[in-house]
Parts: sequence; structure tokens; C-alpha cells
Amino acid sequence: MAERVETNRRVLAEFSYDPAETERGYTGETLYVNVGDGTIEARPVTDVMKEQFIGGRGFGLYRLWYGVEDDTKWDDPENEIVISSGPCGGITQYPGSGKSIVVSISPLTEIPVDSNVGGHFGPLLKFAGWDALELQGKAEKDVIVIIDGPAGTVTIEEAPDVPVDTHLVGHWLIEELAETEDDRYYTSVVAAGTGAENSRFGCLNFSFYDRHREAPRFKQAGRGGIGTVFRDKRIKALVVKSDPVRGDSNAPADRKRISEIGSKLHREIYKYDDEQNQMRKGGTSYLVSIMNDYDLLPVHNFRYGRHSEAHKIDGDVWQDQFTQGIPDGCWYGCTMACSHAVDKYELRTGPYKGDHVIVDGPEYETIAGVGSNCGIFEPWAIMEINFYCDTYGLDTISFGTGMAFVMECYEAGVLDKEKTGGLELTFGNAEAAIEVLHQVSRNEGFGKIFAQGSHRMKDIFVEEFGADRAFLEDIAMEAKGMEYSEYVTKESLAQQGGYGLTNKGPQHDEAWLIFMDQISNLLPTFEDKAEALHFFPMFRTWFGLCGFCKLPWNDVVPPDNAETDEPQKIPAHVQNYVEIFAGVTGQDVTEDDLVEQSETVYNFQRVFNIRLGKGLREHDAIPYRSAGPVTVEEYESRAERYDKQLREDVGLNPEGMTTEEKVGALREHREEQYEKLMDAVYERRGWTRNGVPRPEKLERLGIDFPDVVAVVEEHL
Amino acid sequence: MRVLSYDAERCVVCRSCEEACSNTFFREVDAEKSKIRIRGSEDAPRAEFCNQCGECIDVCPTVALYRDKRGVVRLRRELCVGCLSCVGFCPYAVMFWHADESVPFKCVACGVCARECPEEALEMVEVEEPLPFGQ
Repeated sequence: MAERVETNRRVLAEFSYDPAETERGYTGETLYVNVGDGTIEARPVTDVMKEQFIGGRGFGLYRLWYGVEDDTKWDDPENEIVISSGPCGGITQYPGSGKSIVVSISPLTEIPVDSNVGGHFGPLLKFAGWDALELQGKAEKDVIVIIDGPAGTVTIEEAPDVPVDTHLVGHWLIEELAETEDDRYYTSVVAAGTGAENSRFGCLNFSFYDRHREAPRFKQAGRGGIGTVFRDKRIKALVVKSDPVRGDSNAPADRKRISEIGSKLHREIYKYDDEQNQMRKGGTSYLVSIMNDYDLLPVHNFRYGRHSEAHKIDGDVWQDQFTQGIPDGCWYGCTMACSHAVDKYELRTGPYKGDHVIVDGPEYETIAGVGSNCGIFEPWAIMEINFYCDTYGLDTISFGTGMAFVMECYEAGVLDKEKTGGLELTFGNAEAAIEVLHQVSRNEGFGKIFAQGSHRMKDIFVEEFGADRAFLEDIAMEAKGMEYSEYVTKESLAQQGGYGLTNKGPQHDEAWLIFMDQISNLLPTFEDKAEALHFFPMFRTWFGLCGFCKLPWNDVVPPDNAETDEPQKIPAHVQNYVEIFAGVTGQDVTEDDLVEQSETVYNFQRVFNIRLGKGLREHDAIPYRSAGPVTVEEYESRAERYDKQLREDVGLNPEGMTTEEKVGALREHREEQYEKLMDAVYERRGWTRNGVPRPEKLERLGIDFPDVVAVVEEHL
Repeated sequence: MRVLSYDAERCVVCRSCEEACSNTFFREVDAEKSKIRIRGSEDAPRAEFCNQCGECIDVCPTVALYRDKRGVVRLRRELCVGCLSCVGFCPYAVMFWHADESVPFKCVACGVCARECPEEALEMVEVEEPLPFGQ
């Protein structure tokens, strides 16, 4: 064990409690902490919460709904950060059962955002007695919040010596607070970083103690800027300590049922992962070459889907970088083990230059976002950006997509060296991109503009630099204020909806339909697409109610999956979740029940968006870059494909047309298709043509509370 | 290393080994709690038990599995979180679990079964490398 560090911590507020025992996945209490006025209290979990909102994202949205006003902004003290795992979070027998979901009003979208994250905080929070943590208020000085289950105390403390950047604060606090060597295993820290203070896309890092490396490691709640809210509240870190974790810590109703399913999936991963996705060797990095092969890898701000240098950053490269043979799960029992790390990476830039650090990742989204999308094909640069984004508390997806937008603006003449403070932000200039990253941390130079995110950069570029707004609206890959994650959607109308028709903004966790739609042509009609955009968002976000990770659902499949009726749903694995939910809670459920649980929370979130001013049809609009070629250059790069579509889908003869005319004609067609898709999806979801959940839908789902119905009635 | 060795030609499937094992470790006679399992038919029996190959050690997220001084792979119960990763990843499926038990279990080459075997089909041997599974 490393030498203990001492800090001059000072307790500002203290609360003593007798930790509630977990029973069938719930403790029955949530913890409320107001870092502004020092209020700390236990709040009961009601039957409505358990029956209608389940846990995780559901609990987060429920607490947030009643914590904020209609006009609450992200940086108002009453905005909350709610962290909850869910009833199945903390079981150790089934891979991917330790997730936490964080909910808050986003600085990017200004509506509720949910962000899922691995690491041990959520499960340990439960084992310290709490189904959720609800943070509110704004501290005057930087504070840390310590939830000590074994001691039965919650404290808000000043700790001026504790650093802000995550890799330092995580190590510091674990060494400071662990009384014994084993204590480190059952202590988890949440931290953001200096970048989160200065930007709108701050992330939260959740720690887990890696017993093989004997060091804390971190997973990120990346999307939506919750790290920004965290630092705005002047929270430096959260710490939770629990008693040692055991196989029955989550007190399931039927551990045997869970163990049977869990050991079966472990076996499946053992037998098939190597021949399927090799998650155990390379995590999600295997996707780079697949996306490149199918013209789906974002290149140069989503202009293209393929690049001749993609092999320099594909899965084989990362398998060589990642230390092999370590069980890299972010919660106990995850044998999918995708949380890989590069060990002893020597930093080349910035305040920690020369230090040898653990880089957590990179994962596909980071590789594609800060790599190919920015024209960067140098692994060192991807690792450098990955590490610094994490420790500064910045979302790598927003960083990558935002930087790609800036680089296109630079190459299009919207920006120049004068405007960027001397940085030549052309595609592929890794050094310049990294300097912007450090500027965000230091809150200086062009980094101050970049830190505002793509949505607000558009305004700045128009108002201060005289840019053409229409062009920026087309190429800035953001919707609802959040940057896109890293897939090219131009040839999949269903996936355009999979990004646009989301609750929190364009993140692929709701639906990933590109192969079904574009490659396999399984969704030929609008009704087919609408059905997929009903089922998959409901099913895929169900994981976030319960504490599950999505990856073990479909990143390994049984060998006979292709012969099933609906192979894209992985029916055997869906059944696993039915069994596990029942095994934990004691409630027998069906697949339809799971989807309905999710539908309830999903619709509640949609109404919440409307309540805060951004949940109608107009807010589901997407930038044209996600739907088709914006520029002549883009069109001509795939002219054969687009000309064919003009002939066959639009009924035009492209011969004799200028490229500009062809771009315009294709655009008119594609935008019309997207409108039709919205109509079909809204109808399937039980919403009005304006995207508003109908009162009868809310009634059927059991969330026709007066204040919820009142929100939708204004828009009927 | 010290390992258990099995001679199928001598085995009469009397199951004394299973009974002795579960009784030693769990104080009850239950083949599902035995760390050695006799499978196959009476004419062609085979035994399933750990050959101490150690592949499970690297799979354990809590460093609960280790090889002791005698070369036997053992579990530190106080570190085990019951995740069953080792159960799924045992090449020979001889890391076992039971609903009554919070942690998995495996042969620790204690020799009780060999002592109880009336036909001397089981014996303890010292080897340099793990024996092929089932031998």
C-alpha cells in the first residue's frame, strides 16, 4: 500500500445514519445532499418509484422532476445531479451488472440528460445503504462529499489540498480514506477535473480499484456535461465506502436463478468471444475496421465514412497497446471485460508531460471521434487526448465531434490563425487539437470558445467571425445542443431517426439500426423503421433502469442466434434479462413487461423535455450532414451512389444537372423522408404529430400524474 | 505439484469419492457439492476434477485465486465476490458452484477421495506439469 497522504480536511456538515439493508435489489432509501446549505437527509423510496420508475435513470428523472422548477437552468442551485444504479446493479454473477446512471439538466441541451457509466460507485452506494444519491445546491468553496457506509456517516467537507484533475484526486482520496489495504477495494470516487470547470461538456469519472494493477481506474459518464454541473456546484469529488462486496450483497430473491444464467453467459463469452468480437482483447476498438469497411466511420467531420489510413488506428493496433491477460471488467464478474487500459503511457504534452500513466481506453467512440473524424491517425495522439480528456473531466465524444467541426470550419475559411490564436486547426493536426484541449483546462485562448460546444460555437462564429449560418447549421454535428456520437448515418434513414428522435440528444445508446436498415434491408417501410424506433430505444434504455451494461446483450451472441426469428434482438439474451430481473426482485416479468417499464420512463423523460422547453417536433431536427452530402466535394466523392438514388428514388435524370443541383434535389428528397419518418415514429410511440405523448398514453403507462398531464395538455 | 490422478479402468462408479468429498467440505452427502464428479456410464466412467492448470487465476477480478506452495490452485474466500467468472472460464468446467454456497469450489488435492476409494482408482501424485484432464 502506498504511503498515506494527509489533508487538512474540515467537516462542514455531518449526518449519521444506520445503513438500510439491501433487500431484493433495493435499500428503500435515497440520500439527499445539498452542498449549498448543508442539508443531508434520507428520503424514502416510494412504491410509485419502484413500480413505475424501477431505478437508475428512472429514479434520477423522478427525483430531478420534483427537485427543479419549469425554468430551472443547468447552473441554478436547484439543478440536481442524481446517481443511481438500479435494482440489479451490484449483482456479481452476470456480466455487466454494475452500471450507474447519472441524471441532471445538461449545460449543452438544457434538458435532462442521462449518462451511463461503469466503475464501482453506484453499487457501493447501494451497499452503503442508498438506492440513489441526489445532489443539489451550490457550495461556496470546493467541497468533497464522503458517504461512509461502515461508519454510518455522510459528510460535506472542505479539502483544499485535494487536487481537481481526476487521476490525482482519485488516487489521493482512496489512499487518504482507506483504513486498510482491502478498504481500497470497497471505496469509489467520482471526480471531474479542471476542464469540466471551464466547458459545457464536462464528464464525470467513476473509479474502480483495479486489484491487478493495484491502482484506481476510471470510467466516464461522458455525455451531456454533467461534470460541468458537478464543478459548477463546486464539488471536487464524491467518495463512497461500503462493507466488503459479496455474491449476495444485492440480496436477490433467488440467487440460484441468477447464478445459472450468469455462469451460462460466462461460458458463452469464454467459448465465442474470440471468434466473434474479441471484446476481451480489444474492447470496442474492433469496430473501427468494420465501420471503415461499410463506409460508416466518421472521417473529416462526418463528410466521409472511410479513410485509407484507418488501419493505423484499428482494433489490431489497440490489442497491441492494451495490456493483455488482465480481467478488465469495470464491475465484478464482467467477463466481457472491455475496460482495457494502456499501461505506463508516457505523456508527451501538458502539465503532466513525462509522467507514466494508465490510459483507460481508448474505446471505439474515442478512437473514431478524436481520431478519424479529426483526420488524426496517430495512436499516440488518440491516447494523449483520451487521457487528458478523462483527467480534465471532458467528454471525448463531444471533444472529437466538436473538434472535427472546428477543423472543417478552419479548412472552409470560417476560422484562421488569427481567430484561433495561431493554431492551425486543419484536419490531422494532432498537436493543435491537443493544445486546444490544454487551453480548455487553463480556460484561455481559443479553448474558451471551443469549450462552449458546437451549438454555441455556431453563434460565436456567425456573430463574431461573420460566418454563414446556413453552412454551419448543416455541418455542425449536434442536435438538441449535444454533439453526435461516432457513426455516419447518411445512408440509413432509420439511424438518422435513431439519433434525432432521442430524448437526450444524438447518442447511439437508444438505437443502432444501421446494419438492419442499410446493410440487411430489414426495415424497408416507414412502419418497419418506426417499429424499430419504438422497440430498440425502449429495450436498449431498459438497461439503464436496472444497473446493466448494454454490451453483454449483443456483443456476444449464442451460436444459434442467426436461426432465431428475430436475431437482431438476441432472443436468448433478452430472456436472460427477464430471468435476472425476476431473480433479483422476485417479480416474474415478461419481455413485454421490460419494454413497458422502459416506455414509462422514456415517455416521462419526453414530457420532462417538453416541460423544460425542448421536447417537440422542431427539437428533433437533425443537421443535414447527418442525412446527406452537404458539399459538392462530398457528393462527388460518392457520385455513383447518389446519382443512382436520384434516378431510382427521386425519379430524376442526373445527366445534365450540375453537382449543386444534384445536391439540392437529393436534399429535398431526404429531408422529406425524415419528416415522414418522424410522422411514423410519433404515431407508433403514441405521440401527436408535434411529438407530444398523448394523455391516454400516459394513462396507460401509469404516469398520468396531474403535473405531468398538465405539461402535455398545453401542447395538444 | 500435488494433483489427484484417476484410473478409469479401476473405477466401479461406487461414488465413495463424491460422498467423501462433499462430506469433508460441506458436512453433507450431496454429489452436487462434491469437488469431484464421476460421469459417463458404469462401463465407461470418467472423472471430472481440477488438474490444477491454473487458468482460472488470471480470470479472477479480485485476485482471490492463487497457487499455493504445493502448486495447488486455491481460493481465498475473504476476497471472493462470488462472480463465477472462474466457473465459466474453467477449460474443463470443474470449478463448481452451488446455490447454498456464496463462493465457488474446486478440488484442492486434499486426498480424502483417494483414501476412500476402495478400488484405488484415485491416488495423489507429484507432477511437474498438470496431468491431462481426467487422468
